[in-house]
Amino acid sequence: MFKNIGLKILTFLFVSSFFLLNAGTIKIGALVSATGPASFLGDPELKTLQHYVEKINNEGGVNGQKIELIAYDTGASPKKAVTFVKRLISQDKVVAIIGPSTTGETMAVIKFVQRAKIPLISMAGAVVIINPVKKYVFKMVATDRMACQRIMQDLKKRKLTNLALISGSGGFGKSMRKQCKEVAPNYGIKIVADETYGKKDTDMTTQLLKIKNNKKVQAVLNPGFGQGPAIVTKNYRQLKIKQPLYESHGVASKKYIEIAGKAANGVRLVSPPVIVADKLADSNPVKKVALAYKNEYEKAFHTQVASFGGHAYDSLYAIVDAIKAEHSINPQKIRDGIENLKNFQGVDGIVNMSPTDHLGLDTKTGMVLLDIKNGDWSIVK
Amino acid sequence: MVIGLSSNKPMNELFGFLLSGITVGFIYALVGIGFTVIYNSSGIINFSQGEFVMAGGMSTVFLLKAGLPLGVSFILAIMITSIIGIVLYKLISYSKDSSQISLIILTLGFAIFLRGLAEVVFDKELHTMPSFVGDGSFDMLGTVLTYQSIVIMVVSIVIVVLLYFFFKKTKTGQAMKAASINVDAARLMGINIKKVLMINFALSAAIAAIGGVLLTPITSTNYEVGIMLGLKGFAAAIIGGLSNPFGAVVGGLVLGVLESLIAGYVSSEYKDAVAFVVLLAILFFMPGGIFGNTKAQRV
Amino acid sequence: MLKRYNISQDIIVLAILLFIAPFFFQNDFIYEIAIVSLLNALICVGLNMLMGYAGQVSLGHGAFAGLGGYIAVILSSNYGISPLFSIFIAIVTMAIFAFIISKPILKLRGHYLAMATLGVGIIISIVLNVEDELTGGSDGMSVDSFSVFGYEFTDSLQWYILCAVLLIFTIWMFKNLINSPFGRVLKSIEGSQKAANSVGINVSHYKSVVFVISVVIATLAGSLYAFFSGFISPSEASFSHSIELVVMVVLGGLGRVYGAIIGAVILTILPQLLTSFEDYQTLIYGAIIIFVMMFMPKGIASLFDDIKRRLFAQNK
Repeated sequence: MFKNIGLKILTFLFVSSFFLLNAGTIKIGALVSATGPASFLGDPELKTLQHYVEKINNEGGVNGQKIELIAYDTGASPKKAVTFVKRLISQDKVVAIIGPSTTGETMAVIKFVQRAKIPLISMAGAVVIINPVKKYVFKMVATDRMACQRIMQDLKKRKLTNLALISGSGGFGKSMRKQCKEVAPNYGIKIVADETYGKKDTDMTTQLLKIKNNKKVQAVLNPGFGQGPAIVTKNYRQLKIKQPLYESHGVASKKYIEIAGKAANGVRLVSPPVIVADKLADSNPVKKVALAYKNEYEKAFHTQVASFGGHAYDSLYAIVDAIKAEHSINPQKIRDGIENLKNFQGVDGIVNMSPTDHLGLDTKTGMVLLDIKNGDWSIVK
Repeated sequence: MVIGLSSNKPMNELFGFLLSGITVGFIYALVGIGFTVIYNSSGIINFSQGEFVMAGGMSTVFLLKAGLPLGVSFILAIMITSIIGIVLYKLISYSKDSSQISLIILTLGFAIFLRGLAEVVFDKELHTMPSFVGDGSFDMLGTVLTYQSIVIMVVSIVIVVLLYFFFKKTKTGQAMKAASINVDAARLMGINIKKVLMINFALSAAIAAIGGVLLTPITSTNYEVGIMLGLKGFAAAIIGGLSNPFGAVVGGLVLGVLESLIAGYVSSEYKDAVAFVVLLAILFFMPGGIFGNTKAQRV
Repeated sequence: MLKRYNISQDIIVLAILLFIAPFFFQNDFIYEIAIVSLLNALICVGLNMLMGYAGQVSLGHGAFAGLGGYIAVILSSNYGISPLFSIFIAIVTMAIFAFIISKPILKLRGHYLAMATLGVGIIISIVLNVEDELTGGSDGMSVDSFSVFGYEFTDSLQWYILCAVLLIFTIWMFKNLINSPFGRVLKSIEGSQKAANSVGINVSHYKSVVFVISVVIATLAGSLYAFFSGFISPSEASFSHSIELVVMVVLGGLGRVYGAIIGAVILTILPQLLTSFEDYQTLIYGAIIIFVMMFMPKGIASLFDDIKRRLFAQNK
């Protein structure tokens, strides 16, 4: 008997999907973690997608066709991401997919887009997504490896060779910690302390005391996102640790400065350029797009721009550009179009894709080094 | 202010770890106390206790944003959370089944509901608020004690003392105690059991809300901050024997200090497991908690 | 009595329904939902035996399924052991693990038992997150494809049939067990442990056995899911997954063989139906749990009983 109910529900699913099957739209799927532990990523991403799809449609669509965005909230769960990617592919029949927001989810869905031959532009950070290159998988977000390299460069320049790590134990913190440990030797930098803290920890004094009492430490780096880095920063100042504190691109939003308060002053961090779009030099090729995005987002949602929404903007417009270039909404053609993107002006930087490089992000434009001064960003010259 | 006594490095470090552990321990304690108040009167473990903490913090933040003064926001937040506590009690009392399994799931469901509600009514972002006492701190032996931590310690102790007097000295408190010992006898004595239980739920929610407000300046808050706090506070309450607010404070301190020592001397990666290892050890070997004052729920 | 005949009758009905269902499955997504429902149902049948018949709550079964899955996956992906044998080793390992922890854990009752299983579950999930050399940490790890004696499972229909057969087999075993002397002992434990003890039944031994069986089934389903989806992450072993499983059992109906399946199917489909209510998903999910616990504490399966009873009453 229950099976009948199950079937009824399934038929309901079919019927409702038929209503969505109005011809002539370009169906683009999106997997975003709009709720759950990575909602700080997924929330601005979803807002950005919805806003710009509406904007594109109001301006007449792409090649005369409207875009239909089909977005699902994965709650940062790889299991849900797998279910939804199958739904996007075989039920909604999308021609391209944006997302997921996190590395774990992306790795979980790759197999299915590869098999179904649907292009996917991930919004997650880790290098493993595009290295080795997978035919249908792209990403345009700066990798955590690039963030590490940028920081190591700066450390080398300042002759601070003994680095302490204090990393969040979430996916973001762990992945970046691993990448930083790998690239450090290339810059002659030694990791002399390696502490972690839980995502929901309320106090990091113990770990920081260990670092403080370690006489070798010359600088401290804190890969992580959410409330963790804000607490680390506060405890850091309370313990009056003198060494410079570096933060990751995970805190590149005004929220961090708001929560860490005065303690944030003096922190140095890497960030995608968008959050300082207005401060970029006019000669910077990213400035125009990034500033336009920043202004539009802040106007539409009455909240400070975070760097993560920019990933969604870039992914969406990469697909749009690919469709325009190929004059086709065939997934295979869109894939080719994305792979052939040259000098794509994204919010996150200039992108040049190629069959051997599915990231294509230019390191120089992709990451800027910032200092926090008087509760505001200032670009490190 | 600087207090410096010893130049002995390992001792200084140990002192630092202990102090940090005590600071965190009082946070767990403050959450744990709420569990004991409800358990004491009704035998129910409220899995939405952590969400009460979240509701207190988030309400205050948003009332502040709406332009209300800090004090008013604080009091309103406590009232809102108490009403949420009463709603939970009403749901439980109207529930058709009062077996332990279904009450566990009912409170778990209520926790999920509250999280979803916070997502819709407030938002999904992180928020913080200014501390009542400013951001200052005392320097002690190479480590620090923030003013806000001192407030948390004092408030926890005051709550425990007030609860003690409430149950011991006031008529309502006595009635509540009687109801927890023997429901039928209490009813025969003319005690309104329903009202007693309702007050307990409101009281527990109010304590959680106070915790939520005091924690926010230190840890910041968002709609899911209650999950881990609830679990840790729960572990603190179990270590203390579940029925005793004072036990919850001691449980919280044991937990906080152990976590800090493990993070300091062993590995910070396994720090979060400490609470649950201790929890299991207590359940297996001292099911009445470290004070052994409740009868063991064993076969 | 006709009882024995009845049992096989409803298993046959279930088998027919499961056999007919694929004719309505139009695409991979529907198969995905069906297969995940079947695997969840599998875990729930075992969990239901523990909760509904032996009266023991577990808030750790998600973690047991996840850990079991990880053991199988690590053995097959990192050590090149065949998937089938990996699953076998995972099952044996988890059975021993379950047996060892069952002794102290099952001495506890009610809340305390729930808390202990919750504790064990969270420790498992922390270990899986921390030991990233072995488990890939919070990003999870990819899983090689599933093959049995060289026969590779790639098609959704193959997986569906495998899971359906396993579910039918498990229910058949379950029913036989319930109606055996063993099952009657279980019922008596749920009724009163003291009474069962006093008539000389070794309660703790029986409870251990049921606990081990339920963990074994969870391990099987957990590892099959990992091979099916080609990916495993610590979220499989998370506290929220454990809660989800308990809610499935209770929603369907504690102590009802088919209740577990109803609960598993509904809660697997529900999030898919709620996608258009993005922001309200969590809220609605919570509200449904509250509603069911308040007004249908015996679960959805009890509704069918009411209907059946009314039909029979009219016939008479």
